[in-house]
Amino acid sequence: MSGILNSSIGRKFAMALSAFFLMIFILQHFAINILSVFSSETFNEASHFMGTFWAVQFILQPVLIFGVIFHFVMGFVLEIRNNNARKVSYAKNNGRANSSWMSRNMIWSGGFILVFLIIHFIDFWIPEINTKYIVGDMSGMHNGEYRYFHELQEKFIPIWRVALYCVGFIFLALHLLHGFGSAFQSVGANNKYTRALQGFGKVYAIGIPAGFIFIALYHHFVH
Amino acid sequence: MALDSKIPQGPLADKWTNHKNNINLVNPANKRLIDVIVVGTGLAGGSAAATLAELGYNVKAFCFQDSPRRAHSIAAQGGINAAKNYQGDGDSTYRLFYDTVKGGDYRSREANVYRLAEVSANIIDQCVAQGVPFARDYGGLLDNRSFGGVLVSRTFYAKGQTGQQLLLGAYSAMNRQIGRGKIKMYNRHEMLDVVIVDGKARGIITRNLVTGEIERHSAHAVVLGTGGYGNVFFLSTNAMGSNVTAAWKAHKRGAYFANPCYTQIHPTCIPVSGDHQSKLTLMSESLRNDGRIWVPKHKKDVEAIRNKTLKPTDIKEEDRDYYLERRYPAFGNLVPRDVASRAAKERCDAGYGVNATGEAVYLDFASAIQRYGKEQAHVKGLDENDATLVKKLGQEVVKTKYGNLFQMYEKIVDENPYETPMMIYPAVHYTMGGLWVDYNLQTTIPGLYAIGEANFSDHGANRLGASALMQGLADGYFVLPYTIGDYLSNDIRTGPIATDTKEFEEAENKVRSEIEHFINNNGTKPVDYFHKKLGKIMWNKCGMARNEKDLKSAIDEISQLRQEFWKDVRVPGDANEFNEELAKAGRVADFLELGELFAKDALVREESAGGHFREEYQTEEGEAMRRKEFQFVSAWEHKGEPKDAVLHKEDLVYQNIEVKERSYK
Amino acid sequence: MNLTLKIWRQKNANDKGKMVDYQISDVSPDMSFLEMLDVLNTQLIEKGEEPVAFDHDCREGICGSCSLYINGEAHGPDRLITTCQLHMRKFKDGDTIYIEPWRAKAFPVIKDLIVDRGAFDRIQHAGGFISVNTSGNTQDANAIPIEKASADAAFDAATCIGCGACVASCKNSSAMLFVSAKVSQFALLPQGQVEATDRVLNMVNQMDAEGFGNCTNTGACEVECPKGISLENIARMNREYLKASFKG
Repeated sequence: MSGILNSSIGRKFAMALSAFFLMIFILQHFAINILSVFSSETFNEASHFMGTFWAVQFILQPVLIFGVIFHFVMGFVLEIRNNNARKVSYAKNNGRANSSWMSRNMIWSGGFILVFLIIHFIDFWIPEINTKYIVGDMSGMHNGEYRYFHELQEKFIPIWRVALYCVGFIFLALHLLHGFGSAFQSVGANNKYTRALQGFGKVYAIGIPAGFIFIALYHHFVH
Repeated sequence: MALDSKIPQGPLADKWTNHKNNINLVNPANKRLIDVIVVGTGLAGGSAAATLAELGYNVKAFCFQDSPRRAHSIAAQGGINAAKNYQGDGDSTYRLFYDTVKGGDYRSREANVYRLAEVSANIIDQCVAQGVPFARDYGGLLDNRSFGGVLVSRTFYAKGQTGQQLLLGAYSAMNRQIGRGKIKMYNRHEMLDVVIVDGKARGIITRNLVTGEIERHSAHAVVLGTGGYGNVFFLSTNAMGSNVTAAWKAHKRGAYFANPCYTQIHPTCIPVSGDHQSKLTLMSESLRNDGRIWVPKHKKDVEAIRNKTLKPTDIKEEDRDYYLERRYPAFGNLVPRDVASRAAKERCDAGYGVNATGEAVYLDFASAIQRYGKEQAHVKGLDENDATLVKKLGQEVVKTKYGNLFQMYEKIVDENPYETPMMIYPAVHYTMGGLWVDYNLQTTIPGLYAIGEANFSDHGANRLGASALMQGLADGYFVLPYTIGDYLSNDIRTGPIATDTKEFEEAENKVRSEIEHFINNNGTKPVDYFHKKLGKIMWNKCGMARNEKDLKSAIDEISQLRQEFWKDVRVPGDANEFNEELAKAGRVADFLELGELFAKDALVREESAGGHFREEYQTEEGEAMRRKEFQFVSAWEHKGEPKDAVLHKEDLVYQNIEVKERSYK
Repeated sequence: MNLTLKIWRQKNANDKGKMVDYQISDVSPDMSFLEMLDVLNTQLIEKGEEPVAFDHDCREGICGSCSLYINGEAHGPDRLITTCQLHMRKFKDGDTIYIEPWRAKAFPVIKDLIVDRGAFDRIQHAGGFISVNTSGNTQDANAIPIEKASADAAFDAATCIGCGACVASCKNSSAMLFVSAKVSQFALLPQGQVEATDRVLNMVNQMDAEGFGNCTNTGACEVECPKGISLENIARMNREYLKASFKG
């Protein structure tokens, strides 16, 4: 068991585990956000719960942050090591013939997602943390009602941000199109259910980012 | 020197057991003091190196390829024989022995063949224990198929890649010993001479093919598992690198060369497509289980096919000549290889060949597809009269049995063999001749052993299908590791063999001067020019049919070509680097000598036996005519030039088998 | 056919190497790719130049020697074949063909198109075997029946020819497909169970030590593999390795 993270298979296993965690997180994040389209009240309640419940804030949130950082750092480490495994590159390489663009460019899709995440954190997460833990206002209220829905609506008024979000989610889709199935393969799941799983993976990889894009566009046009 | 085959006394069935009980052994502590060199890492060399290392000897193994796993045993397709009688069809050690001696046209050594049959069953056990994935039936037990020249199913197989799986088994056994440090592996090293000290083989000279360095390696005994010399024909099913150099250098140092003219021409190979051809591809004999061989009955159909105005599938049943079924009703398409090859040549010489060059016959799976298709339709309860369905089901069965071979054929020829019959023609495949060895597999040089295809002992004048793998592994796993102990037991006090002696010096200088000659020769023609020319002479005059006149002219032509070669060959580059042309030049130089001895041997053997067919000696029906007075092994002693080689005869005595006219009718 | 060849020439391991252009004419579509190179080499020798060095031996797709990266793909544009089985009918008159050696830190170039694949051998030394001595007394081959499906799957994994196309075509130069084929062959057979833990740990450790990259499941190896070795083997090795790690 010792040193498992020093082995190639151990590293890919760790990448897959963090990926699973992040994929579940994105699903949960989506489930709450989509509420904003149907009912601002339910969205507010769910947001308040997530933002104030101790287990979410002090257990899941740190784990999530660790997972995100680990996934990125390990991704970059692997990329550097893999580049070092081939010192002279081919004069002509036809990668298209044997693999998908997504699979060959995880570092680029991942990198763009990182940029997006930083902006996303600046937009939502840092103000939240500031309000709750630095200002100390845990009420979630603003002018006598829950502030979450309004904050969301406001953010999606500028067209540049909506566009950025759309592009970010397109990259997320590209990342997931390879990453979903890849994570299962990494943990050794390849059997008669693999085809079905890959199919589900495609639905997930396109459906969830498309949903997020819908939410952003919805709030841009309906406010 | 008189030949002593050292066959143990006693009844045939007890000879090997008695021999093992009586030979000297080396105790485990002393084995650590003894070094053995094994040259070649195919089935014979690889299994011998692994087993010797397991026993405790220090083994140095050499191969010219970049890894032991690439030795040409890997290309064997069909299977490996063993007298297991798993099918309950009456097989036994004696029957395998009988089939092998008869298949070899009564030109092999009885005691050796019996021992081979005896250990055959152990080979299968050993390989399964190593994790070799043989084909199995639905009950989980090992499956068998049948091969040419026999009436039982005793061939174990792993699809069309049996040689690969067995070689990887031997390679894995070697890897275990390399990991333990008991085998020191020298890849990309070519043996260029054997060193004799006080009349005993004590080492070899090698060239590192990457750096060009000439190295001396010493040992208490040297084992050659260096394969056959089919590439003397240039075009053969052998690998490009397969060569006779190790065996030939041993011959020039005093090892007798036995029966060089016994060559197996395999009946089912892909025909030559043009002058650019660099090698020939075999289609496994197992295809003859289901494929039927034919040519058109009428010359007009032949013409039409060659002009591409008629397709083979358009020729009606009654206009086809299934000549093997016609001539040999008992064995049909499963006659031994020599018989099948000659029959193909006979039809093509008569003008019935079906490709542009007139050198091809059909191997047709249409009736097998029908038969299997009907069977499947019946099993599945479907309509047996639905032609398309039957064809589809039948093709599926054929695909599971021979899929990889069909794919290989399609890639090379660009025709779909499921729809149109394959075209095949005989090609040089295996050489039964080789270094003469006694019962212990020792050559006439003490301490020098030859195993596998490199020796001559087990297949007589013709080898049965699926017996090469059997012999290679029998020699390497179960025979040599015991018999070599008898010799090495005298070496427990010898200590390491020094390499700074005059014998090593002399051998190294000889190797160096040959290399310098090639590099500085500045001729005009590349090595391949001479090799191709030699191949043409061999194929036309020492091929499937031979006669006195042609053989005599072959001897002259080869000798002349050899002189021209030494004068005019061009080897570019340098000696101290990777230089394939240089390596090839050395190999072709030896082929040019062997080729002449080959022709001389064929000339002297005034009879037809197995793969050696002399036109002067045939029955009225065109079958091979063996002659009682030639019931001996020809063992040639080197005396400077091939033409001066001296013939020694080892009489073959058959006490347990009746020597008969070999009939497959 | 007339072709332009762009071939990697490198005198030895220390030389820097470069791509060199050659023109070749009268190529027959029935030639194999290596026969086309034979023709080129004969012409070079006759002109007094050094022939192009490349690994080749059996020329029937089973020894695993030949190893050319042709027009950006391991073993060229055709599928389920080795370079020696590639025929010129796959190309058109006037084509330009790039011919390069396998590229990977773990496969250093020896000369021109020849690389050193010793790393593969060393991985096998670390555990690619079942420890059984040659005694002649191993139990009868039919003593342990093996389910046909497992035997067939073990065979499919065992057909790997060790050519290295997987490493060459992987963007990460990962050797996972090669190693997993051997691990799978033994993992699928009862005979392989006894040493399963050590085998997978030792082989993967050696693979990592040789400097191959990490697998990112692009699947390029499976597509380019001349023997069609499946990615399932990599998944199986991952399982075996994780099981062994948690156990050991």
